[in-house]
Amino acid sequence: MIYKETGQFKSTYESDHSIFPLIQDKIAFNILMLVAFLVVPFFIDSYWEKAILIPFLIYSMAAIGLNILTGYCGQVSLGTGGFMAVGAFATYKIMTFFPELNIMIIVLLSGVITAFVGILFGLPSLRIKGFYLAVATLASQFFIIWLFNKVPWFYNYSDTGQITVSERTMFGVAVTGANAPPYATYLFCLILVIILGFAAKNMIRSKIGRSWMAIRDMDIAAEIIGVPPLKTKLSAFAISSFYIGIAGSLYFAVYLGALEVTESFDIMAISFPVLFMIIIGGLGSMLGSFLGAAFIVLLPIFLKNVMVDLIGLSAVTAKHFEITIWGLLMVVFLILEPHGLARLWSIAKEKLRKWPFPY
Amino acid sequence: MSLTKIQSIPYGKEVIKIKNISLAFGGVKALTDVSFEVKKGEVFAIIGPNGAGKSSMLNVINGFYKPTSGQINFAGEDRKEMIPEFAAKSGIARTFQNIALFKGMSTLDNLMTGRLLKQKQNFLMQALYFGPVQKEEAYHRDKVERVIDFLDLQAIRRTPVGSLPYGLQKRVELGRALAMEPEILLLDEPMAGMNVEEKQDMSRFVLTANDEFKTTIVLIEHDMSVVMDISDRIVVLDYGKKIGEGKPSEILKNKAVIDAYLGVAD
Repeated sequence: MIYKETGQFKSTYESDHSIFPLIQDKIAFNILMLVAFLVVPFFIDSYWEKAILIPFLIYSMAAIGLNILTGYCGQVSLGTGGFMAVGAFATYKIMTFFPELNIMIIVLLSGVITAFVGILFGLPSLRIKGFYLAVATLASQFFIIWLFNKVPWFYNYSDTGQITVSERTMFGVAVTGANAPPYATYLFCLILVIILGFAAKNMIRSKIGRSWMAIRDMDIAAEIIGVPPLKTKLSAFAISSFYIGIAGSLYFAVYLGALEVTESFDIMAISFPVLFMIIIGGLGSMLGSFLGAAFIVLLPIFLKNVMVDLIGLSAVTAKHFEITIWGLLMVVFLILEPHGLARLWSIAKEKLRKWPFPY
Repeated sequence: MSLTKIQSIPYGKEVIKIKNISLAFGGVKALTDVSFEVKKGEVFAIIGPNGAGKSSMLNVINGFYKPTSGQINFAGEDRKEMIPEFAAKSGIARTFQNIALFKGMSTLDNLMTGRLLKQKQNFLMQALYFGPVQKEEAYHRDKVERVIDFLDLQAIRRTPVGSLPYGLQKRVELGRALAMEPEILLLDEPMAGMNVEEKQDMSRFVLTANDEFKTTIVLIEHDMSVVMDISDRIVVLDYGKKIGEGKPSEILKNKAVIDAYLGVAD
């Protein structure tokens, strides 16, 4: 009953091809947007900002990026951390060179720079596939981190090797730096995620997205219907890296404020968690990118609340348990629902079409 | 060699001339000195026992294999380097012996990939998705819906093709090739593994495509009754060599062909 699609007729191909073909989805999305823009900013405090909402938005952005490359174009990548580091350091360098530049432009420029780096490291994908490509991208991860450690120019010759953000404003309100109010950083990330999320969805449902999926599913057949493999794969690397670069830029400028490359963009800190996000959320699903990011961000908080506050374990023990449970869930998930949370949602939707009167 | 060049050739004239094509993989000779011509608008069949080099021939025609020697004259022009992308651009579409569909995508999306070469908007426009992009999508959707109507695929429009039965997958693959609006359609065993009804349906689709869209069809098929019924001319290959060419009635009487298929009495 809730998801009843009876009576919703589409009379043009445009409306049939819209992002939310069902009126229920459209309403749900609009309500969510109203809450996100009109309710949350008034109640957000720094705990919600730093622990939940900002990481969720930034990881969503990274997950969208990786999903474009891995979920839609089928090129497995373990270099997410490296590409996020490129975004972060690009932001830092642009900030030092152009002190007057608007933060929005800085973030977008960092994305563009990362896109070019992505193209460079995407070149091997023409020759190698699958696990071998994963190893090649792993090399890029280690190389990039090493580079940012070894060449002092990138961190402006600071003694600690740390990079620190300076304060930047949008419409007179600080969005980066220590004085940025929670609602400002939140809205800044939210707007970027929504705009770029729609852009990604639009690309996926038009020509370029279908080329990516064609390459993913059967590259030989794709070539024969006229999809150029090199160009298509590189475009996926470029656009994916653009999103990941922006995620890295936000991670540095808005979220952490100051960071050290090895610690923050390590493979265990970024690359694997983001890969888990898209696997748990659902490969090749936009909704999956968000669900996966929410799952990975919320799970540790939830587990900590339950184990430390409810059961009364010590923080250290809880941390150990957390990692164990995390790994266990991952395995269980892969066995029970390899297509991720997005598939669970579509199954639920299927049930809701008739619920509560199935027959 | 361009699409317009093929289009300018009158029906009944040669559109592909295969001249002394040889193809070898190391020491294995897949094709030896094969020559034949395909005329525009006809249904042309390539037959032969297993391993005769039929699929290799199709792969040479659409640029997937590079012939070791020989020339392919295409729409009156000897062609040099050929890659599949150019073949697609010059109006050659094909289907595969083992279905090569995009399994994760729906039937509709699979057919829409056939329109990729005709979509011109760049990715930034696609990301913004307004006016021109929307119009272009709708235009190509309309073309694809015609193919869906033609092949009776309405009911499975949204189904991921990976979950479809074999016969339907074959039909979707034909649909994807037809969505390209090809001048020349290469079909590699379109009826393999089908029952009689499915074969009849498929033959009907192939003949209608040939008749209504004036598509030149080159097909490989093992079912002789189908081949003899629907093709205008036939070439027979055996061990990579051409052993016969002509109308179905001539092929049926050809001594070399009968020997190749049935063996020779000592």
